[in-house]
Amino acid sequence: MRWVCLLFPRLALEGALRRRPDPEAPFALVDGPAQRQCIRAANRAAREQGVRPGQARGFAEALCNAPLFKAPDAAPLSKAPNSAPDRGSRSGSSQRLETAPFDAEAVERWRRRLASWAYGFSAQVSLHYPHALVFEVASSLDLLGPWPRLETRLRAELAELGFSHRLVIAPNPAAARVLVNVHDGLAVDDAGLEPALAALRLDRAGLANIDAAQDIVQTLKRSGFQRLGELFGLPRSALARRFGGGLLRHLSELRGEWPLALDYHRPTPRFSRTFEFDQPVHALAGLAFPLKRLLQELAAFLMGQDAGVERFRLTFELEDGPAQAVEIGLLAVQRDPDTLLELTRAHLERVRLDGPVVALALSAPRLSAYAPVRRELLEEPARQAQAWAALHQRLVARLGEPVLKPLVEYREHRPEMAVIDGAGPRARDASVGPARPGWLTPTPQRCDGDVVQLLAGPERIESGWWDGGDIRRDYYLAQWADGRQAWVWCEPGRQGWYLHGWFG
Amino acid sequence: MSSLESLLDSRQVWRAQAGADSQGGDAIASGHAALDAILPGGGWPSAAVSELLSAGAGNGELALLWPVISRMTREGRPVVLVSPPGVPYPAAWRQAGVALEQCHWLDVQGREALWATEQCLRAGCCAAVVAWLPQADSRLMRRLQVAAASGNTLAFVHRPLAKVSEASPAPLRLRLHRHAELEILKCRGGFPSARRIAFGARA
Repeated sequence: MRWVCLLFPRLALEGALRRRPDPEAPFALVDGPAQRQCIRAANRAAREQGVRPGQARGFAEALCNAPLFKAPDAAPLSKAPNSAPDRGSRSGSSQRLETAPFDAEAVERWRRRLASWAYGFSAQVSLHYPHALVFEVASSLDLLGPWPRLETRLRAELAELGFSHRLVIAPNPAAARVLVNVHDGLAVDDAGLEPALAALRLDRAGLANIDAAQDIVQTLKRSGFQRLGELFGLPRSALARRFGGGLLRHLSELRGEWPLALDYHRPTPRFSRTFEFDQPVHALAGLAFPLKRLLQELAAFLMGQDAGVERFRLTFELEDGPAQAVEIGLLAVQRDPDTLLELTRAHLERVRLDGPVVALALSAPRLSAYAPVRRELLEEPARQAQAWAALHQRLVARLGEPVLKPLVEYREHRPEMAVIDGAGPRARDASVGPARPGWLTPTPQRCDGDVVQLLAGPERIESGWWDGGDIRRDYYLAQWADGRQAWVWCEPGRQGWYLHGWFG
Repeated sequence: MSSLESLLDSRQVWRAQAGADSQGGDAIASGHAALDAILPGGGWPSAAVSELLSAGAGNGELALLWPVISRMTREGRPVVLVSPPGVPYPAAWRQAGVALEQCHWLDVQGREALWATEQCLRAGCCAAVVAWLPQADSRLMRRLQVAAASGNTLAFVHRPLAKVSEASPAPLRLRLHRHAELEILKCRGGFPSARRIAFGARA
């Protein structure tokens, strides 16, 4: 008892229904060219009106819109007792058939999401078989088992997700897959496998996947074979000679004699969730709870992935107008929900909502490796560094990246250029040059009346002819009337003093 | 008598004779011998706000603080400047002996500057925080004082001369006069000296 196979017979329809505001209203998926669209699948309400797969779209719409044209075989389908009052209350024009195009990609997306869900139960999840998931559970049964308990849990969670399913557990994935064609809830162990397989009819035994399946099945049937068990009794050499290796191999796979190589599903390293509101939210304060929920889900997801996140995006769907997105960048990889919440709140303090919000989405397109730190083991300097990193993070989160500036000395003579980031190569030698003021004023200002005395100077600074920003100035240390000391300059041969810094 | 006790308990008045060491805080040498000799405990009160009042930049405030800043940054501990009066000129700071890679400045104004100062003080990982907060009133100064105490961080807050007459919870208040001269307006654990102290002219 190791492999579970889950078959989703109505994956496309149920995936599409999850997006509908009222999943009980008549709904169908249509497929085919625009002029000749056919019904591909229909929900129960539509089937009660007589809509069947394969019908032309117009015909199906007419069935729903005009109950007089009810197809004769609609009655037996409405035998579910709770559906009767529904039908009565929904007669008339409100029963219009809603349709959506069949989307194969959406089906694949749902399959992958379900595989990610199954990844929570098993490390070996495969999407090898269409419409189905197989995953290995023997290694998780110690934790999640026994099997009946796990089965109940799987079914409950699938019901919550809204997917009808069939489920079988068998000693190998191939057997689980063919048994789920005819069974639901069957659990076979090694001893029970052979009889369970032997009872399968040939056309339900998954033979379609082997080469020349049509011919083989037909030949077998004409030879009088009905069930798989009758083939098991035949000598292998004869089978191989008559039908080729494919059939033999398939039979061996079913009995677990031939290992089946499966590609295992790796959950996508991405996170995306949306929280929709019943009422539009007008203030950021009202988003505190959904934000907390989303970040908790993100943290749980990251924990499952053993990863952290460095950047993520919050998207506010506005009632009127385009969505508003806020990129949240962290300085370090995080996954603790409280830390994420605190940092996100700090980011949002700078955000103004453009209008009422109807939904909040959180997406983390890329995950990063996360190395948890054991604080108590760190020595003092390391802890200081960590506290500094946390402070840095907090400041940047609220004030924005460019606000916290380092002091970097560049090899550049022009004072106003020397404090611009990346002004030139970094000065490396600790040369002692002429005195420089501790503060520069961002731009030189005219200050003719304030200078009462020149204490030192001049120092000629002449540079920058190559980039158009050339200057030619005589700098002086000047005393102000109130005793303060300033750095002032004038252009040689011209009038006018300019304040350019303070000797603090 | 009981009202005096309650005032003492709430730290609104203190006994001048009780030394700084009995208050639990160590002092951090300022690097100016003349100043250290007068300050109780022999230096800046650690884990507390020292308030510096001046007419503006250029009054020797850097000459006063550079010794302690350079010592701390060379020990590899970060120092943060919050909304300084100008752009720090790296060459001058390096010549003063400051390890530039440990020195950071925050170009923010208004309420954000107050918030950032408090955050830096509270975090407890900065060796010193030097802030220029003309907007801070006495209530905010008390907040910063509490933050400095809880984060055990040395704090300097610069305010304009107009605040001289305002009450301030800072344990040490200095007024900067002409370049490289200062006057102690208030110091917890010692008598303010009336005379001005020259703390060494700029080299």
